[in-house]
Amino acid sequence: MAAIEVHNLSKCYGGVRALDSVSFAVERGELFGLIGPDGAGKTTLFRLLATLLNADEGVATVDGFDIKSDYRAIRSRVGYMPGRFSLYPDLSVEENLRFFAALFGVTIEESYDLIAPIYKQIEPFRTRRAGKLSGGMKQKLALSCALIHRPSVLFLDEPTTGVDAVSRSEFWDMLAGLKKRGITILVSTPYMDEASRCDRIALCNEGHILGIDTPEGIVRGFDKKLYGIGAKNMYALLERARRADGVEDCYPFGEKHHLVADEGFDKGRFKALLSDVEGLEIVEAEPTIEDMFIKLMKR
Amino acid sequence: MMRGNFLSFVKKESLHILRDKRTMLIVMLIPVVLMILFGFAISTEVNNVNVAVVAAERSDGVRDAVERLSHNEYFTFKGYIAQDKIDSYLRSGKVGAVVVFAADYDRCAELAKQGVEEKPIIQLIVDASNVNTAGSATAYLQGVLLGTASEQAMFETRMLFNPQMKSAYNFVPGIMGLIFILVCAMMTSVSIVREKEVGTMEVLLVSPVRPVKIIFAKMIPYFAISCIVLVMILLLARYLLDVPMTGGVGGIFSLSLLYLVLSLSLGLLVSTIATTQMAALLISAMVMMMPILMLSGMLFPIENLPKFFQVVSNIVPARWYIDAVRKMMIQGLPLVAVWENCVILLGMTVALLGVSLKKFNDKLE
Amino acid sequence: MTDIVISVRDLTKRFGDFTAVDRISFDVLRGEIFGFLGANGAGKTTAMRMLCGLSYPTSGSGTVAGYDVMREGEKIKHHIGYMSQRFSLYNDLTVWENMRLFAGIYGLTKRETEERAAELLDRLNFSSERNTLVGSLPLGWKQKLSFAIATIHRPEVVFLDEPTGGVDPVTRRQFWEMIYEAAEAGTTIFVTTHYMDEAEYCSRVSIMVDGQVRALDTPARLKQQFSAESMDEVFRTLARGAQRGE
Repeated sequence: MAAIEVHNLSKCYGGVRALDSVSFAVERGELFGLIGPDGAGKTTLFRLLATLLNADEGVATVDGFDIKSDYRAIRSRVGYMPGRFSLYPDLSVEENLRFFAALFGVTIEESYDLIAPIYKQIEPFRTRRAGKLSGGMKQKLALSCALIHRPSVLFLDEPTTGVDAVSRSEFWDMLAGLKKRGITILVSTPYMDEASRCDRIALCNEGHILGIDTPEGIVRGFDKKLYGIGAKNMYALLERARRADGVEDCYPFGEKHHLVADEGFDKGRFKALLSDVEGLEIVEAEPTIEDMFIKLMKR
Repeated sequence: MMRGNFLSFVKKESLHILRDKRTMLIVMLIPVVLMILFGFAISTEVNNVNVAVVAAERSDGVRDAVERLSHNEYFTFKGYIAQDKIDSYLRSGKVGAVVVFAADYDRCAELAKQGVEEKPIIQLIVDASNVNTAGSATAYLQGVLLGTASEQAMFETRMLFNPQMKSAYNFVPGIMGLIFILVCAMMTSVSIVREKEVGTMEVLLVSPVRPVKIIFAKMIPYFAISCIVLVMILLLARYLLDVPMTGGVGGIFSLSLLYLVLSLSLGLLVSTIATTQMAALLISAMVMMMPILMLSGMLFPIENLPKFFQVVSNIVPARWYIDAVRKMMIQGLPLVAVWENCVILLGMTVALLGVSLKKFNDKLE
Repeated sequence: MTDIVISVRDLTKRFGDFTAVDRISFDVLRGEIFGFLGANGAGKTTAMRMLCGLSYPTSGSGTVAGYDVMREGEKIKHHIGYMSQRFSLYNDLTVWENMRLFAGIYGLTKRETEERAAELLDRLNFSSERNTLVGSLPLGWKQKLSFAIATIHRPEVVFLDEPTGGVDPVTRRQFWEMIYEAAEAGTTIFVTTHYMDEAEYCSRVSIMVDGQVRALDTPARLKQQFSAESMDEVFRTLARGAQRGE
């Protein structure tokens, strides 16, 4: 049986459908990413699976237990790190960890081997108040707390939001380490570039899942030809390129704009048409998850 | 859940409180400051009370009495005034007391001496806005005047501006009613709601521990603080304010413990409604503080309230608590004498605890 | 009128023993999109506060929109626009009411407000939403509106503090197009972001580490200098050496 199974799960707040008939499954030991912007329904999904909310429709199981009828069993098996800073700012690093250990009826010593790779990095500051830690350190403490009872499934709701690129990268290294120990991890992020660190991802937007696959599989689904175009004046180029024949879409993408070519597109003709543009260059580009997301969103 | 765990929750909660030194200090200081303030505000010494006299005719008896007043070092005779000036003299503070002799005072006194008629009446009208001085001034005046009239007069005393003779002692039960709501209801609700705001509540709820246990662990330190405050208040009342408490300290203490539990349940109820600390504070202030100040008899006697508010005051727990403590503390009644109040408070506690525990579920909705 | 809109030399801010910003110097030209990057705790926020006239430097010198950062903080505030992800607009006011409020804050006359509001709404294609409550708009629209309102008084420079956090990729791009457009029209943009691909949209990028500006150049030249594939790599190479946390 899969570690997490979700069938047609829906949740409404007032009149708004935060989650609209979502289905997916996460295998045991898998690192599964929910990728999408604010309002995609990621937090609602986590709260449903963590048994904090009741679903309006649909069923789901976590570690084989039903989220509705067996929610107590689930609570002792999952580790949950909510999106907000979820530690006591007035307690020290160690006091926080001790409290969460007591909450699950374990001691720090019992789980030390599991949390050590993460906790060791903040242990030198164990008497410091959690509120005085840096963003990256808070994140490490929160993860240590979520792991203290050796959960089989880990829910991480936007753990890297608001954290700088270096700390984010370190965090993903830690998750890779936990995955090796057989923990199933469901993690959400608004950063598309983090998707490649997952085994499989679900692209989410406005309560729907736009697509589920491995990061490579998602990218392979991009069936149009993609070009990167550049010029001295990038903004003017954007306007011009959009009006050209056979251009399905054109949008800024890092140092170059990405141009999604339609059937009628011809590179030579495009160059000729924009021959007056200073410093024009056009090269073939590899699609990324973000290109696919944009494509799926616009469909 | 193991007992060791429960203790570790209590410890964690105590750490929160101990680290928030400012709030802690305020909670401990407020009752002390209030008690000391009232303690010093009370002055029972009679000094230089200005007295005016109303007499239709300045008969021998009247003059005799005035003579004694003027020679007494505690009173200053301010002269004779007309009947219709009494109120304005008292109100403006020109005099602290007015002695009114009946028109036929001398004749009545003479007849009374012969046993023909009842004793003449000397009316004392006293400004009672300062309760303690008014009390002793009255007694003193009677003493001075009786020297002349001894058996031949009866006194009729009217206390103006504060007819119930509400003394500063009366504020002690009021302070208790207020401070325990502040500590138990307001502080617990804010501390529970803080966990919702910070996001730790989500993690607590997802743990296998029943949240109700965590909540109870949360209440214990606040309960302990309240007990310390209670002891402090009782000690200050007894030794600083000389409140007699002949009804027995044990009774007051037991009743207060019941009131503490009631306040904690109220705090829990607020925490299930409010989602932000600000909201919890507002609800506590509007729904609990205001009624306690206005409708519990702490500031205004309930019988003086408009009929509608008298009815409303019945659902304010502090009203029953303050009333009972007042009876035990000042009138010296034993706990059994206020059994009705106890039953009402117990009923309220059970109801509140029931509702709030039912409302407090282990989901976010 | 000079073409340097922001110019700082050895700008320093100390809090007790702690040097949050350590002698930073740079110039920002008119119409530039200047990316201001740094790890958490590198001193970005403190530096930005000084440039916005919200806090005075401990030492150093500089001008923003022609006013002295050491002495004319109040004047600076009138000539810049500011938008952050956290505080943007009042959800319980309509689009027009928000515009009128901010126009009033910056001292626009009634006529100027009308004209400018009409112009901005027209450019955003928002004219039909004039009386809609801001709270009922989608996040992406709010952010675009928020940017438009930050420019309502035609400031010389607009400071954007992580303006696109949590926004979907399509809206994020629409937002950047607005920024391009404003820069094209001569407004200087000073922006912080956690998205490294957005750093590539900037004319020039500075990267702060431990309170100092460690790198400052066009994205292309920075990548060359650090022989990196992307700005993400450049950033990580620099930030890895950071000594201090937040």
